[in-house]
Amino acid sequence: MELVCPAGNLPSLKAAVDNGADAVYIGFQDDTNARHFAGLNFNRKKAEQALQYARQHGTRVFVAINTYPQPAGWKRWMASVDMAAELGVDALILADAGVMAYAARQWPELRLHLSVQGSATNPEAIRFYHEQFNIRRAVIPRVLSIKQVEQVVESSPVPIEVFGFGSLCVMVEGRCLLSSYVTGQSPNTFGACSPGSAVRWVETDKGRESRLNNVLIDRYEDDEHAGYPTICKGRFNVNNTTSYAIEEPTSLNTMALLPELQRMGIGAIKIEGRQRSPAYVTQVTRVWRAAIDASARNPEAFKPQDEWTQELQKVSEGAQTTFGAYERSWQ
Amino acid sequence: MSIKLSLGPVLYYWSKEKLLAFYDEVISSPVDIVYVGETICSRRRLMRANDWLELAQRLSDAGKEVVLSTMALIEAGSELSAARRICEQKDFLVEANDMGAVQMRSGNGQFVAGHSVNIYNHHTLDLLAGLGMKRWVMPVELSRDALKDILEQKTQPVETEVFAFGRLPLAYSARCYTARAHDLPKDDCEFRCLDYEDGLLLKTREDEKFLTINGIQTQSSSVFNMIADLDNVKDMGVDVLRISPQSRHTPQVIQYFSDAVKGECSAADAQHSINKLIPTDACDGYWYGKPGMDLTTGDAA
Repeated sequence: MELVCPAGNLPSLKAAVDNGADAVYIGFQDDTNARHFAGLNFNRKKAEQALQYARQHGTRVFVAINTYPQPAGWKRWMASVDMAAELGVDALILADAGVMAYAARQWPELRLHLSVQGSATNPEAIRFYHEQFNIRRAVIPRVLSIKQVEQVVESSPVPIEVFGFGSLCVMVEGRCLLSSYVTGQSPNTFGACSPGSAVRWVETDKGRESRLNNVLIDRYEDDEHAGYPTICKGRFNVNNTTSYAIEEPTSLNTMALLPELQRMGIGAIKIEGRQRSPAYVTQVTRVWRAAIDASARNPEAFKPQDEWTQELQKVSEGAQTTFGAYERSWQ
Repeated sequence: MSIKLSLGPVLYYWSKEKLLAFYDEVISSPVDIVYVGETICSRRRLMRANDWLELAQRLSDAGKEVVLSTMALIEAGSELSAARRICEQKDFLVEANDMGAVQMRSGNGQFVAGHSVNIYNHHTLDLLAGLGMKRWVMPVELSRDALKDILEQKTQPVETEVFAFGRLPLAYSARCYTARAHDLPKDDCEFRCLDYEDGLLLKTREDEKFLTINGIQTQSSSVFNMIADLDNVKDMGVDVLRISPQSRHTPQVIQYFSDAVKGECSAADAQHSINKLIPTDACDGYWYGKPGMDLTTGDAA
């Protein structure tokens, strides 16, 4: 089971490599990837340095080109595919079928992975991308129970990569338009959920407010930790009750499920967080490397060590973690 | 060719009695194409597979083009089997609402790609057309400018359908938010969706209407209506406009759309009349390349 770690810049990539990632995934500096944030990601020169460093240490580099081009922007996606191929990266992580067709035609030797943004939640959807573009791996959305994951693994024509840790999308990835409903920009169209330009913090008598294009996402008392205003993690009023109607600010952590994931033949574990700091990448990579190795050595006796859990909780959104959809009762 | 009107699948969970009475009215309405089937939640089983087929036949006998819709989010093996049965039948056209259904229908008969299949450019469109896609429904977050580009650059003959009226389908999840609002587990949800014929309203903490909870689906609370731009729509080569069923006034909405399409009333008048029937706010932002919740044309409801 491979450990795939995020890097939003060169220091993060080095941190992932140094702490035991089998592969690191990166994106370029535009809307062709789903972490399109100012000051983040790689230009050609930085990507070359990243590849060189990773190669020296035997780590592979994947490039995420996992948003959906519209005709007006199509050339940027082609250029990103070409640049990644010319750099000699180990795999592309793609979502759009048109982009996949281009990559498969133009660079037939290049290994393609289906991004979580491809939104394939069942073996037939994965089969589509395999038959059409010969994808070699699929990253599946964070919406399946552990039993359903196993069913997908059993019938999928390619190895499966699942999310192990990080921020939790509760909506099926690749088909969530909440952000563009409010801001005009979504992960699919722009590579960002709740883009920073639409976020506003307002101090009021009632507390600190987070607003997204002026829509009130949440309001915080002095002693409350204020989270980034992604719509699905806000507090809203339903049937006269104010609560986290969709999901609490929480991180996914599936470490306790590692032996189970290993037994069912999961190909790789993905860590979320290209937008996070090198310190986050260091900590999370180190802990997950140790955990995967321990689970591989002795799955029957595996249990997340207290020290690992504490380390991960320090860097979790809302400082709490969940199994998410893997656990049926969460649903 | 004049623009056709379609009625999307009922996205909410209605009693069988209400649902069948609704379709009785649809039969006499000027809608050309009717999509039927449960697309949101596999626990909604008041209508069994055979009931849907009987309904489809009745609508077909009444002269409607009938399309069987598959679920948008297919997770369990049983859900995949249900979609496979729809994809393998030959009596009706199929609306594939995820890539799994596209795969199962490819080479097995024609299909419509629903709005939850991600077709954002002409390359993807041409590819799916080559696999048997007869028609596509544009993803709702795309603008008319993007659509225009796609239609100008596509090379395959394929019909285009646009979501023209209804609460916008925005997201799907493993979690059921209706059950969550009632503090019930999804697997023992007591079918609370039956209590909300147009979904459950979610408001912000300052009491602004914001979203609609519909089981595992999240919709806008505002009702999308883009009839005002009908003249442009005609020029662009759109073939079908979709009306998404709401619990009330849907036959009237269909009638206004039909009158506008036939030129019996102006698009602006149709918009005005329709927006008066909307129980919440109207929106049309996506169509004009703006935030989906925006209202760009006409007056507020």
